[in-house]
Amino acid sequence: MIRATKLSKFYGGKRALGPVSFEIADGETVGFLGLNGAGKTTALRILASDLRPSSGSIEVGGVDAVADPHAVRKRIGFLPENPPLYTEMPVSDYIRFAGELRGMTSAELKKRLGEVLDIADLNDVANDPIDTLSHGFRQRVGLAQAIIHNPQFLILDEPTRGLDPVQIVEMRNLIHDLKQNHTVLISSHILTEISQTCDRLLVLDKGKLVGSGSETELSKHEGDIGQITVTVRAPSGDDPKSAITKVLAAIANVTKVGEPYEQGGGFTFSLSTSKDVRADVSRAIVEAKLDLLKLDYARSELENTFIRLVGGADASN
Amino acid sequence: MRATSIIYKRELGRYLRSPIGWIIAAAALLVEGILFQSQALSGEQLSAIVLERYFYYASGIPTFCGVLLAFRLLAEERQNHSMVLLKTSPIRDTEIILGKFFAALTFMTIIFVLSIYMPLLVKVNGKITFAQIFVGYFGMFLLGSATLAIGIFASSLTRHQIVAALLGAVFVLIMCMLFPLAKRLDSPVRDVLEQVDLWWIHFQNGFMRGILNLKDVIYYLAVTYFFLLLAVKTLEAKRWQ
Repeated sequence: MIRATKLSKFYGGKRALGPVSFEIADGETVGFLGLNGAGKTTALRILASDLRPSSGSIEVGGVDAVADPHAVRKRIGFLPENPPLYTEMPVSDYIRFAGELRGMTSAELKKRLGEVLDIADLNDVANDPIDTLSHGFRQRVGLAQAIIHNPQFLILDEPTRGLDPVQIVEMRNLIHDLKQNHTVLISSHILTEISQTCDRLLVLDKGKLVGSGSETELSKHEGDIGQITVTVRAPSGDDPKSAITKVLAAIANVTKVGEPYEQGGGFTFSLSTSKDVRADVSRAIVEAKLDLLKLDYARSELENTFIRLVGGADASN
Repeated sequence: MRATSIIYKRELGRYLRSPIGWIIAAAALLVEGILFQSQALSGEQLSAIVLERYFYYASGIPTFCGVLLAFRLLAEERQNHSMVLLKTSPIRDTEIILGKFFAALTFMTIIFVLSIYMPLLVKVNGKITFAQIFVGYFGMFLLGSATLAIGIFASSLTRHQIVAALLGAVFVLIMCMLFPLAKRLDSPVRDVLEQVDLWWIHFQNGFMRGILNLKDVIYYLAVTYFFLLLAVKTLEAKRWQ
């Protein structure tokens, strides 16, 4: 478990982070979300024992990271925003060097190097100097150095930054695989990236923690409203539109029924709800002897939640 | 010290594989050879004097190469962001500095070895002892370790390699000019500055003439330790900034 308590960091007299407190359980995949300059990188560098906090405490796996940073570094793999590469070195030599720095023996390295080259899909370029590789491959090499010692905690700062769409998908799949064996912390300002990869989000704004929880929890926390789109056909009756509207409006937790439009032989309604009431909607429609043609539930956009959390106009700009 | 050995091997490999290291070595040996031929061997004189003159000019290798070999050691790591790998690995800042220092010192020693044919020529054709040659090279080795330490300290101060090189050169220049400066001052400041000077008192009056003084050895070791310690403390301080 990682436990940060009243963590702060000042650069000169300027506060970059904190005070923030949070906990990350073993096996979780947690995303640090925030705009540029929100304090994500500072937080991750402190967690990786690269920087020391100005105040507050941080425990990684029960070890005080300030008092015993070496013990923490053994358990952490860190991929910073700019991968820490020695570009003149061949890929496998570099990864071996990173493993040696983490205290691995020759026998351990011999066994693990092949595994890591497989995981990061670097076998084809294992003997190539890093400076001949594309940005996507360099990012993979950076990830390989972070996992060579099989750390318990994996910290990835903007791992998809600068990658093309294909490389982003590959990196996302790679992180998904790593989630099985590591507690993963990822920072990003790309909302879709975070929402697709992480179990839980920590939203930072101007160094402060402004939200914490899953995407759904963050939406609920904001008193947000889910959207249900339902297409219904009334087999008989003079005013089917009004009849359907009446049925839908009577359902508990439906806060608003939008103006319908005709679609596919029925009427499509947009319902605002305070929770997921798909089952109630379908049951009510069937009990009213109406035909249910289509039902869709859309959670509130993470983007909207994010913009609200970090201060509306500032974020949208 | 395991990490020191790992970093040492990587840095030494870097010197041996990169053209920059060999260009510095070739340039140093070329200049030294020309000075040996044109200055040290000029005119008829005692072989001991020729050897003294040789070490007078050869001491330029550790003085200048120390800065040239050291300026990139930490500044480049920061500029390329590779320092993060070292700083997030379970190794001490002291191990980082020592690994880099010993690698640079080893490469400088290789340059010394490649220059040894010159005093051997004097030995073959004159009357000097191996001890005189050894003492001279030992002095150059100690002078080199001191200038390397100064260069590494300069490199720890900035991420810009050019700035690090200039800072290192200025530090070494100041340390070498303390003796001429001290002559214009009164005691006790003069006495202190004379003893702190990097070249005139401890190398020219000692090792260059084949004289091995313990105080000169201690002086160079102290300067090396002091600047390496400053470099370690600078690295540590940057974690707090």
